[in-house]
Amino acid sequence: MEREKKLRLNLTEEEVESLRKALGREPNDLELAMIDAEWSEHCSYKSSKPLLKLLPTQGKHVILGPGYDAGVLDIGDGYVLTAHIESHNHPSAIDPYGGAATGVGGILRDIICMGTRPIALLDVLRFGSISVSSHSRWLFKHVVRGISDYGNCVGVPTVGGEVEFDETFERNCLVDVVCFGVGKKSDLVLAEARHVGDSIILIGGLTGRDGLHGSSFASAVLTESSEQDRSAVQIPDPFAEKMIMEATLESIGTGRVRGLKDLGGGGLSCGLSEIADKGGTGVEIELTRVPLSEEDMHPIEIMISESQERMLLVVEGGYEEEVAKIFRKYGVRYSIIGKVTDDKHVTVKKAGTVLTKIRAELLANAPIIYRRAEKPKNIESLANTPRPDEPHDLEKTLLQLLSLPNIASKQWIYEQYDHEVGLKTVIKPGQAGAAVLRLPNNKFIAVRADGNSKHCYLDPYHGAAGVFAEACRNVLAVGAKPIAMLDHLQFGDPSNPEVFWAFSESVKGIADYAKNLNIPCIGGKVSFYNEDKVSGKAIKPTPVVAVIGLADAVETLKSNRLRVGSRILILGETKPELGGSEYYEGIHGLVGGKVPKVDFEYEKRLHRCVLKIVSLGLAKSLEDLSKGGLATALAELSIKSGVGMKIDLNKVPNTCERLDEILFSETHGRFVAEANVGAEDRIKRIAASFNIPCEIIGEVEGEYLSFEKGVKKIKVQLRELEDTWRCTIPKLMGDEC
Amino acid sequence: MRIAVIVYPGSNCDRDVHHVLTNVLKVEADLVWHTDGNLKEYDGVVLPGGFSYGDYLRAGVIAAFSPIMREVKRMAEEGKPVLGICNGFQILVESGLLPGVLMRNVGLKFVCKWVNLRVENNETLFTKRYTQGQILSMPIAHNEGRYYIDPDGLSELKKHNQIVFRYVDADGKLSERANPNGSLEAIAGVCNRRGNVLGLMPHPERASEPILSPTGATDGLEIFKSMLNLGD
Repeated sequence: MEREKKLRLNLTEEEVESLRKALGREPNDLELAMIDAEWSEHCSYKSSKPLLKLLPTQGKHVILGPGYDAGVLDIGDGYVLTAHIESHNHPSAIDPYGGAATGVGGILRDIICMGTRPIALLDVLRFGSISVSSHSRWLFKHVVRGISDYGNCVGVPTVGGEVEFDETFERNCLVDVVCFGVGKKSDLVLAEARHVGDSIILIGGLTGRDGLHGSSFASAVLTESSEQDRSAVQIPDPFAEKMIMEATLESIGTGRVRGLKDLGGGGLSCGLSEIADKGGTGVEIELTRVPLSEEDMHPIEIMISESQERMLLVVEGGYEEEVAKIFRKYGVRYSIIGKVTDDKHVTVKKAGTVLTKIRAELLANAPIIYRRAEKPKNIESLANTPRPDEPHDLEKTLLQLLSLPNIASKQWIYEQYDHEVGLKTVIKPGQAGAAVLRLPNNKFIAVRADGNSKHCYLDPYHGAAGVFAEACRNVLAVGAKPIAMLDHLQFGDPSNPEVFWAFSESVKGIADYAKNLNIPCIGGKVSFYNEDKVSGKAIKPTPVVAVIGLADAVETLKSNRLRVGSRILILGETKPELGGSEYYEGIHGLVGGKVPKVDFEYEKRLHRCVLKIVSLGLAKSLEDLSKGGLATALAELSIKSGVGMKIDLNKVPNTCERLDEILFSETHGRFVAEANVGAEDRIKRIAASFNIPCEIIGEVEGEYLSFEKGVKKIKVQLRELEDTWRCTIPKLMGDEC
Repeated sequence: MRIAVIVYPGSNCDRDVHHVLTNVLKVEADLVWHTDGNLKEYDGVVLPGGFSYGDYLRAGVIAAFSPIMREVKRMAEEGKPVLGICNGFQILVESGLLPGVLMRNVGLKFVCKWVNLRVENNETLFTKRYTQGQILSMPIAHNEGRYYIDPDGLSELKKHNQIVFRYVDADGKLSERANPNGSLEAIAGVCNRRGNVLGLMPHPERASEPILSPTGATDGLEIFKSMLNLGD
């Protein structure tokens, strides 16, 4: 093990042994380092693969599912939509600016290397409590700035996202990025080297010591000495990325680019073995042809460096110059580093001497690890935690809820992102739950990513299914039909059976929702080891689901400003499901209770019902109910529109015993709708035909948001609600509001 | 009318402007790479937004030395319309075609949002279709948009009626709150003395189609129509 330690390897003794067996000899240092990067959890999915098979990946629109740099959907008229989700959690915990920025860079290249132009980004972020921790405020500020500087400069709009603050993320922030691209079906390029004799061209930045061992670093828990791993974080250069993007997309126009692979985790080693393994060929490269930022780099460092803004191109032999011309125009560095062979091996040479010749398939496919799952003992007792007493002053409670950073306005974040460049953003951040982008064939996509770590901690199965349901509701609310999803599963150390149990329950919850609602998974990511050795604490389980919806028209729901005199309706029944709610944790400091459950049969009816209401143009606006429940959703609607509401809680279909439960429960499957004039009864009739509870609960009027239940009244001035909701985050971040 | 939209390395609103000109207004427009020859065939030029050369050193400063700028200057001297949007405005200022400088926003953060502008001069090539004092709605998206000029420069600007747009609130009034980047006297756009070179931080191309506009208004389109001498 001495040698492994010297090489800073994370490989287990069993893995080294299986490598010996496969090779029939002792691996050399370079081989060990390459295998270490590729067999890392980050690159190989060795713990998660068996469970991920549960996710359905086929569907009407799916051209390419998981396993490539991005999933591909057919959106009609010869166009495709590509989509992928990634995270840069470990790097961002150490260097929030560089970590977040290079996370954006990485996912953009995933989309570009499919031959498609990135059209939008979403960001899903998790930090510790910004109300109490200056460290978390520091991370938050610089992560947002990193995303902003990178995405804005490259010119890809960040159109939405989601953020949660929770103490368990104090030392392990999560920085997830989703990216979408559009292109012509005929221009699709895969990360495959299929033709023997083609040239392998490395383009972009110099290969250096930044980002060394990045994948292995991301596949271990953070420790006190992690600060010394700053060299594992790459340095961002968005301008270089922009040039690579334009040059690459232009080079595809030559018809000579037959394979494209972004260099991310695992560097050259990973990229080369993947294109060979997927293409059923071999590759041979010459290390002296790799442009380096430092002269004295060791072959190991060259092969596993994760320096940013680099891509591999597989170019038809004999046409290298045609492609090279384009790279010269954009000032992008390129070098022909090798060629495609027929021997199914990755051969690495330095000045003609063979350093390794290893089977591509061996490199690209790590041995699976079957992990043990064990239900945590405290799950039952947490679920049975008695409910807290109802506060006397519910007006104050509502204001307190609106001031929780998880619920307060996220304007401070999205105003730092250029969300309009590209002229596609029809529904912009803050206007609705999902962002809507127009497509070149005059159709629209609605995109949304959601997560709920509080629910998932108490009940990972229903928590994860609920996250999926919530993302769907947001997409449905703008009139789009969910056609595909991406998932990102973020957990602690998978060798801990309780962590692995939460992981496996989450996957099952997502898979069951996907199967029942017929929404295929087209890509995803797993991030383990989000835990901190110093405190010994793992993050709360954080599965994130991004849903893509397709629509023919969105004009009807573009304006969600309430009109005075409109009737407000609620769809769905409110149950006393407050476990993991913002109300329990944020107001009562209580972690426990029964989490909202997802009813798949009900969800199927709900999706059809909502799409029908929208397509008939009966609702002026629709809003899904989620974190903070009914009261919060109505407050936000009122604030955005600058007009109050009068709500009769006796009209709300519910099975609750208490007022606070009706107001703040986070039961799934609910919407509030503002009816178009005279359409109230038709909405009710349609809901009834799908067996969805639906009632008129109030009217838009005045300068107060007021709730009545018999003699009980809650009445808050709109101005007060607005100040609290809008100013919480800017004030915490030391800015004016 | 044929318009050149200059593409610098790092421009990222070039295709957006080109889309508005060709698809919305149906006029002839070309994307012209910053090293490509001359602009003799063109009747006007747009310097689009983005991050030319990554905004390294200072926004617009490297692009100001780009080969195409000689041609842009020639067109300005000939009285042809030269429009600089966002990074294009920064380039015009850095190359001396417009007075003043653009500094980091007062909040030291990138700001992307829709703002209100007041038309201060409707006698330029670009603002003929507005009424004096008209309130417009357009988005901004920039990090370095804080306009500044020294007191002498400011009085020159005023004397020659070169302040074209100011940031205002919805009622058309000046206020600190309505000034999104701390610009001197809330200046959002200025022109040269002749009124054929305009630079502005807001993005008119993003306010040129009803579907992309929160209110449905297309106030930005009027700048292009005016510049192209188009009728209704």
